[in-house]
Amino acid sequence: MADRSKTIKVDYLARVEGEGALHIDYDDSGVQNVQLKIFEPPRFFEALLRGRDYLEAPDITARICGICPVAYQMSAVHAMENALNLKPGGALRMLRRLLYCGEWIESHMLHISMLHAPDFLGYPNAVAMAKDHPEIVKNALEIKKAGNALVRLIGGREVHPINVRVGGFYKVPEARELTALVAQLEMARDLTERLVRWSAALPFPSYEWRRDNHYEFVALTHPSEYPMNEGRITSSAGLNISAQDYENHFEEEHVAHSTALHCTLRERGAYLVGPIARYNLNRDKLSPRALQLAEEINFTAPCLNPFQSILVRSLEVLHAFEEALHIIDRYQPPAEPHLKTEPRTASGCAATEAPRGLLYHRYDIDEKGKITTAKIVAPTSQNQKTIEDDLRLMLPSFMHFPEDKLQGLCERAIRNYDPCISCSTHFLQLHLNYGQVQSKQSMVTGKPGQPPAR
Amino acid sequence: MVSNQQPIASSNPPPKLAVWKFTSCDGCQLSLLDCEDELLSLAAQVDIAYFLEASSEVKEGPFDISLVEGSITTPADEERILEVRRQSRFLISIGACATAGGIQALRNFADVQEFTDVVYAHPEYIATLKESTPISGRVAVDFELQGCPINKHQLLEVISAFLHRRAPQVANHSVCIDCKLRGNVCIWVAHGTPCMGPVTHAGCGAICPSYNRGCYACYGPKENPNTESLCHWWDEKLNVENTLIVENLRNFNPLAPSFKVQSEDRQEDGER
Repeated sequence: MADRSKTIKVDYLARVEGEGALHIDYDDSGVQNVQLKIFEPPRFFEALLRGRDYLEAPDITARICGICPVAYQMSAVHAMENALNLKPGGALRMLRRLLYCGEWIESHMLHISMLHAPDFLGYPNAVAMAKDHPEIVKNALEIKKAGNALVRLIGGREVHPINVRVGGFYKVPEARELTALVAQLEMARDLTERLVRWSAALPFPSYEWRRDNHYEFVALTHPSEYPMNEGRITSSAGLNISAQDYENHFEEEHVAHSTALHCTLRERGAYLVGPIARYNLNRDKLSPRALQLAEEINFTAPCLNPFQSILVRSLEVLHAFEEALHIIDRYQPPAEPHLKTEPRTASGCAATEAPRGLLYHRYDIDEKGKITTAKIVAPTSQNQKTIEDDLRLMLPSFMHFPEDKLQGLCERAIRNYDPCISCSTHFLQLHLNYGQVQSKQSMVTGKPGQPPAR
Repeated sequence: MVSNQQPIASSNPPPKLAVWKFTSCDGCQLSLLDCEDELLSLAAQVDIAYFLEASSEVKEGPFDISLVEGSITTPADEERILEVRRQSRFLISIGACATAGGIQALRNFADVQEFTDVVYAHPEYIATLKESTPISGRVAVDFELQGCPINKHQLLEVISAFLHRRAPQVANHSVCIDCKLRGNVCIWVAHGTPCMGPVTHAGCGAICPSYNRGCYACYGPKENPNTESLCHWWDEKLNVENTLIVENLRNFNPLAPSFKVQSEDRQEDGER
């Protein structure tokens, strides 16, 4: 494990968010080349974590992403606990799930309302959309606010929570602090039901182009729960492994056009993580109201249309509210806020379900608890190849579109994945080259805000 | 400061706001989107002309107020920040990356080539600078809002202050003051828990002590901190290991001068 030289490692910042560009070459015979280029500056977390204290891992890795810091904290503490052979159960386990519910709500709602919905209604942003559809935006903000309230109470603050600790928490809430949130959560849950119905009625583009090229969906699966913090890594093609086996089946490749590494399944190549994969592999474990509503609107599994990710996210938000209310209803504070932790030389790993999909962490620590190696594989890195495949498969059907409409469609196809994150609304500089003309220069200098270049 | 003394709040057309991202996690610009109750009313008062995280619509500069998140870590960023400054009447840097280099500034104390080799299979594909630099290290800045992440209420206060041409009411005192106001028992005095609160800038609401853990200084130094004295007390009275002291000075604000100087002294002590 200490041998670093053979492992391809990932700079996760580039994977979790990003300034990016898209480069497509095509001619009369079809699409020749699609490159999703992430040129987010590297931040070197895996390198700078070395030598840091094991208790700092959740605080430091939270800073990979301001949108889903809880996901980084959850994978980090579970990996450290795997190393130290600790298993927080009971109320501590429930509280972690409750915190994750809060993050799913706030992150999904940010994507749904600010980034994704304006696409379907033809607006450049939520503020412009709010002028014509004020109730949709205001309700979405109310729902998001309830998620923020959960994260703030359990985590201390909405962005980069401070209360997550290896072994549990620094402080656990009183039951009355949680029940004080119930009315707000119930109100937001009811608004979410309306959101699900609204998103089900959106005009979704067709996905015929994927009919003969099925995705391999990858997500955690738990025997009795919709997956969040725990479970086996499973796929629609029959993969069924523990997190400890992750690196035997998945590998990363460093390509020239992206500062984010590309992740593939050794056996089969590109795969898809995220809400659609979770839903397809775990639909039967949705909460009662979410499942009932899915049936009512006749939304079955598998969902094969990537443009319907907004609908799956809405259902997951509803699930998260129900799950949160269920946990609060049964909550009894644990005797201690965290299990006793004693560092020792050890290695551990874990995978959890970030809002955007599977997030894998592995650490080695020494006898004093100092980190000696760290490996982090973020969801966006895992989806990059699938995003490129989507574009490659989709474009031939739409090549007759005018260029601006084609660019809009490409942006939407990428936004379906909620690539984390600044990229999500805007990140596209599209280079469409007809024939063999190709400017290498333009591949690396794209900046957001520049007009599309021919 | 620009010489024009006219308030810009009520100008017609409305003042143009831009939000720029450099090397960062997006958390500080997210604080703006987390203003669920204020976002739409803010949008009614300013023209959000450039905010790529929130809008695919991009308007031309110049801009009345630019909020800048992130530090400068690539050759392309070095160029871009000059252009942002040129286009901006007021430039406000927001967050620990923009004001004190951010966590990625830990490279400044290490060998960036070695960092690149550890993370990437093909280091030759990577263009990065040896150092991560705060915005004020590259261009003149009109105001710095500290915090990792920033406090959204402080952000609204700063925007409002610039719109009305008054001084932002952002307290420079330590976390200890806020901790007392919150009615907390001092975790250092009562429980012997090492805490960075005495030297750390207020703004977070003293959350860590309120959750039974020591402040880890994510808001950076307060005005005129005596960091040397604090480290001495951690060392002498609380028997905290030197490496832990250095880690607390070098996390999210490692280039803030009082933290940087003290961490270098401590590092040298540790190596002697």
